[in-house]
Amino acid sequence: MIKAVNGLSTAGGVGLDVDETGWELRSAVRVVPPARPRKLAKVPFVELADGRLQGVVSSGSDISRVYVSSISAGEHGYNCRTNNNRPCGGLRGAPCKHLRALVDEAVLQYGPQRVARYLRVEVEEGGDLVGALDGAPESADAAVVFSRFLRHLSYLEVPGTTMPVPELHWFPSTGVAR
Amino acid sequence: MLAVQLAGLLGSAPAGVDEALDLVSGFDDALVHGFTRLDAERGAALGALAASLAASPLGAAAREAVEKITAGSVSEEHLAVLAGGRAALLGAVHDALLDGLDTALGRARGRWTQPAPPQREDLLGGCRAWLHELALTGWRGVDHDLVSSADRTIESLLAVPALRRPAVLLDGLAAELRASCPVATAERIPVRRWADLWSRALLLSQAGGRACAAEPAERVSGRLLVLGVDVHEHDTAVQAQVHAVLEPSGGGEHRLARVSVSVAKVDTIAGPAVWKLLADHPVLLRALAERRVLEISDMPLLAGGDLVWQDEAAAAGEPADPFTTARVLLAGALAPAVPPLERHPVRIAEPVLIEDYTVKEGSRLELGEHGLDLDLDRLPSCGPLTPELVAASSACIGLVRWDAGRWKAQPLAVRATVGRKPVEAHNGDWALGPTDPKVVKAQARSGDSVAVLRERAGRLLRK
Repeated sequence: MIKAVNGLSTAGGVGLDVDETGWELRSAVRVVPPARPRKLAKVPFVELADGRLQGVVSSGSDISRVYVSSISAGEHGYNCRTNNNRPCGGLRGAPCKHLRALVDEAVLQYGPQRVARYLRVEVEEGGDLVGALDGAPESADAAVVFSRFLRHLSYLEVPGTTMPVPELHWFPSTGVAR
Repeated sequence: MLAVQLAGLLGSAPAGVDEALDLVSGFDDALVHGFTRLDAERGAALGALAASLAASPLGAAAREAVEKITAGSVSEEHLAVLAGGRAALLGAVHDALLDGLDTALGRARGRWTQPAPPQREDLLGGCRAWLHELALTGWRGVDHDLVSSADRTIESLLAVPALRRPAVLLDGLAAELRASCPVATAERIPVRRWADLWSRALLLSQAGGRACAAEPAERVSGRLLVLGVDVHEHDTAVQAQVHAVLEPSGGGEHRLARVSVSVAKVDTIAGPAVWKLLADHPVLLRALAERRVLEISDMPLLAGGDLVWQDEAAAAGEPADPFTTARVLLAGALAPAVPPLERHPVRIAEPVLIEDYTVKEGSRLELGEHGLDLDLDRLPSCGPLTPELVAASSACIGLVRWDAGRWKAQPLAVRATVGRKPVEAHNGDWALGPTDPKVVKAQARSGDSVAVLRERAGRLLRK
């Protein structure tokens, strides 16, 4: 029923009527499928951006420490560092538990097909996505991802408004995320 | 909406809509490929757009803009003129459609007589520069770097409450572009939509921010009788827009009014959890959840029909059934004029009561001899309405909308029969938290997203 629009339509994308004729001529279509609800405690932040699956994983032992983990699309180079930019001790030639947690939560949030398509990895339905990756450790700057996470959090600090935002008529809430 | 009114609406397609939209499409196509890569055909399409504006105040400027652009000089000012011309065409389409709908419904509407609002300090240069870059590149040329280059601009806009409109719009557009990167290899592009968002953003970001300035307001008191809630949402914003009938104290005509409360959010806060972000408006939320009348005193009402909500100036009163409000008061209520810049078909969202219909194929209501599609893509995840419930309904309060040549009805509340029992559901029913045990359980499973992220923000942000 739903055709992929190069990595932006997805599994579970009910309501993304990209197949409908005249889609290009419609004003109010939802292009980005809404994220699906998941527990945020372990992995508070996941995103598919800048050619990477990247995010932030809470440390299991230290409440004020987080790990910044990323996997690049195509090459599947991976990296995991603390927010102070120290390498993760668990990263010994294979993805650490933080990277596994990152992938698991990304699959919950975006659906397995969208994650696989973004990373450009072939994986059977229900297959192990991390196992299908064939990259090597790469050096990536944790600071960039961490600052994107802080920017993400800062949305919760923006005061609300009671002035109308008529532009939001282009962005209907759709019933997918429930 | 009666069968005869629906027949009137569907039977009176205004003249010239298709022609106007064809001209708009010419502009939208130029945005796909980029204004630096216009071939003769696309240049001619822009020329046709300018020619259609010849008799308007934009005529001379539009002709000059197309001459310069086709000669290879694509300045911000030229693009702004064409964006204005595109908006004028869509504004005319909006006016014709809304007039047809008003005529069919027998709905009276106020006239826009307000002067242009005063100018204000300019903070929008970065916004214009990014939009200019997008237009030069075209959607097909958009990559991660070009999308990310808007981040700082969006952050600075979000910090200024008066510039929330361009901030929320730009943020929504950037998120869609980011998800579609690299656009060069995308199978399909939402051509009309992105051109809409780009054009509106460019108009909102004209020097002085005049387009974002508040409209003139009057002060009103009285009873506000809720019809229903429309919910708008993208990854980083949510808005609950309440449609209601205002009964001014001391007599006076009933008027249609809207209340809009919005807040920034993140993508992982979705579904019923979004109501928690709106907890600063407890009186409003209680009135929605418990279906009560709102008594308001001395609250600003903008000329476009938007009440600027002040929770402390409101009290939730006795229970009030929205279906009764719709049946008794909706037909005679005065509809507000539409602010000039908001005139676009996407903005048409007229509340109606539709009764005694049957639903065919789950998504099309039949009323008398005519049918109207139900917009099941606009059932919000924060409320109890589902496609199944709508399919089982025989009465609804809805918004009449129009997109790409088709009228649709977006249900805000339904009365249905499920298992031989009457059921009633409204979009705002869960404003104080979900009442469906299954949804409560699902929410408990995923934990309190808002609390988790606030804890993380508290620990990490202020270092």
